[in-house]
Amino acid sequence: MSGLHAQTAPFVRDTMLPPEPPPAMQSGVVKWLRENLFSGWLNTILTVLGFVIIALLVQKFLPWFLHSVWDAGSISECRAIIEERWGPGAEGACWAVIRERWPQFLYGFYPAELYWRPVLAFGLLLIAIGPILFTQSQRAATSFITLVAALTFVSILALGQHNVLALVFVAALVAVQVFAPRRLMIFTLLYPAVGFWLLWGGSVWIPVVAVLGFVLGWLAFRLIQPAGGSILGAIAAVLVPVFWWLFAARLAAGALQGVVPLGIEAVRSDRFGGFVLALTIGVTGIGFSLPMGIVLALGRRSDMLLVKTLCVGFIEFIRGVPLITLLFTASLLLNYFLPPGTNFDIILRVIIMVTLFSAAYIAEVIRGGLAALPRGQYEAADALGLDYWKAQRLIIMPQALKISIPGIVSSFIGLFKDTTLVIFVGLLDPLKGITDAVRASIEWKGAYWEPYLFVGAIFWIICFSMSRYSMYLERLLKREHR
Amino acid sequence: MSDPHAITRKIDRRHMQVSDEVAIQITSMNKWYGTFHVLRDIDMTVNRGERIVICGPSGSGKSTLIRCINRLEEHQSGQIVVDGTELSSDIKNIDKVRSEVGMVFQHFNLFPHLTIIENCTLAPIWVRKIPKKEAEETAMHFLEKVKIPEQAHKYPGQLSGGQQQRVAIARSLCMKPRIMLFDEPTSALDPEMIKEVLDTMIELAEEGMTMLCVTHEMGFAQAVANRVIFMDQGQIVEQNEPKEFFHNPQSDRTKLFLSQILGH
Ligand SMILES: Nc1ncnc2c1ncn2[C@@H]1O[C@H](COP(=O)(O)OP(=O)(O)OP(=O)(O)O)[C@@H](O)[C@H]1O
Ligand SMILES: [Mg+2]
Repeated sequence: MSGLHAQTAPFVRDTMLPPEPPPAMQSGVVKWLRENLFSGWLNTILTVLGFVIIALLVQKFLPWFLHSVWDAGSISECRAIIEERWGPGAEGACWAVIRERWPQFLYGFYPAELYWRPVLAFGLLLIAIGPILFTQSQRAATSFITLVAALTFVSILALGQHNVLALVFVAALVAVQVFAPRRLMIFTLLYPAVGFWLLWGGSVWIPVVAVLGFVLGWLAFRLIQPAGGSILGAIAAVLVPVFWWLFAARLAAGALQGVVPLGIEAVRSDRFGGFVLALTIGVTGIGFSLPMGIVLALGRRSDMLLVKTLCVGFIEFIRGVPLITLLFTASLLLNYFLPPGTNFDIILRVIIMVTLFSAAYIAEVIRGGLAALPRGQYEAADALGLDYWKAQRLIIMPQALKISIPGIVSSFIGLFKDTTLVIFVGLLDPLKGITDAVRASIEWKGAYWEPYLFVGAIFWIICFSMSRYSMYLERLLKREHR
Repeated sequence: MSDPHAITRKIDRRHMQVSDEVAIQITSMNKWYGTFHVLRDIDMTVNRGERIVICGPSGSGKSTLIRCINRLEEHQSGQIVVDGTELSSDIKNIDKVRSEVGMVFQHFNLFPHLTIIENCTLAPIWVRKIPKKEAEETAMHFLEKVKIPEQAHKYPGQLSGGQQQRVAIARSLCMKPRIMLFDEPTSALDPEMIKEVLDTMIELAEEGMTMLCVTHEMGFAQAVANRVIFMDQGQIVEQNEPKEFFHNPQSDRTKLFLSQILGH
């Protein structure tokens, strides 16, 4: 018996060995390096080359960063300090220019005692779009809005221009978001008027009568549509406000101002500059080009020949022309066509052109999204009896926009960066307009790198946030619907 | 007959009565795609309560015919009258017919960005102007009927094909249609899911719904249909009650088709 056992099982392990770590070549850092950086002779060469380039760059720029001077009154003082600290011939960054002139980069020539107004306008903008940015999660929206409100508080207090009314208003908005989140959308709709008024100031009645135009349009639609049908209603909804704005609004605002004089100090457009200008143009452009792009995209796919031709013509014309051309048109040519004496604000003209430009691109992006939808979606909507507009609004657009998010956000980022082109029509954009203005002073003549880096960094932060937001949205929607 | 989906259950025929009232009347209807004559001189009357199965080879115009009935396709000559409303380019009439006629597609065509319950309540709320709460109750009622009430808050992408097709049926029913059109409702489904969809359709027939089904499920046709229509090359070649149709086909084309599809 035991002999048999000995034959069939010549060796039986009675103690278990602990598992050995894998050989160094197969695991951890070495393995990762082998797989990712040195997997072949070509990759090895590229890796080495990459490291050499990085090393050269660091060697060149690191000292410059390390030799930073924050406290100086002029560029020559800066250089003297660098020489004194790090020896003759040392190079260093003179951030003192930013430290002294940063308000100019942010606010242009906006009156210094009114800095709180653009800050408040920006804070309110973020609060207004909060519910839209975070439609999916009310908690996220509330956190975002509270954070923005807190930052707005701190910024305004730090400016030393604590306007109690403004702070109370911001707090009230946070309260609305917490207790009646849907109501905040009313503020979102009104924001364009509020933002406009805060930035340019003047009589409070101007934005009020402007908003009144929309209310009148809505009333006209409600009155006419039951009797005259949707098309007549829509025409009335457009014509009534236009007439109101063109002929009656100014008089009404004047009369109201005469009865109840209410207003804040007006700021002229030529005081705008820097990021206040870039954001004013960029945000308004973004806000208006999206709905306009949607309408153009729908028009381009319309069965109605006239609508289709107009939309195609518009889109192809705009896409065939550089933005600069449009800006020049805005600044020079329009003057010939407008009746003499009309004072058509240059920033407004630029905003219109930038909006038209971006709308054409967004229309094409959305058209791509529309084309990607299967025909079955249209058929199902039709078969259920939804009319064209309801089908577009409830079925088609939500899906097409979702597909188009990356493209739309790219367009927005492009638009925002393109606002620097307004330098060519004499507006002080942050990148060239303001840096030139800063260098025009004797103290900071010759400060090139630091202002560009500062402005570039701010642009990068804003654009990168937009890009991250788009990725967040894409991930969210993907998770929701699959 | 070697049909993998032979209907074994007993059909309750108490409510399956054909009335004299005309639901759909098609007279000498023609349709072209460009120069291609898809539908030729179609004459067809459907009475209320009829369950009609339309079959025929691929490309014979079956889909086109039933899509003309709710004007997903436009016909060029002849007349289509649905529930007393003639289909013309008049939008009002089209909307009226579409709200009376439900349609189920081969590829379900659910709205992927809406939950199941939202899919079901969308049209009642926006077209019929029914209050949301009431629409949701109706939707749950029909989701229970198609046996997936527990999926109500999922998205279509999270459901199996068979479940999606049953949701599509419930979505149509929520509009309380008087006529249901089915365009190959089971042909995009895996075999094990076909039965659950057919069962739902049978229950619908048992309740007396007027149904037009394009399908090659001959078991379903035999069990439920009161008439089978055979189409070829844009024409109605032959129509008969199921028993006669399958056991005593008249034309050669029908015989050929039946022998192919039934695998004799
Ligand atoms: N939009 C269209 N434009 C041109 N021809 C079309 C169009 N839709 C269908 N056809 C043609 O019309 C004919 C009938 O198509 P239909 O879809 O009605 O066939 P069917 O009987 O449903 O076929 P299947 O069983 O494959 O679904 C086919 O030859 C098809 O190629
Ligand atoms: Mg078909």
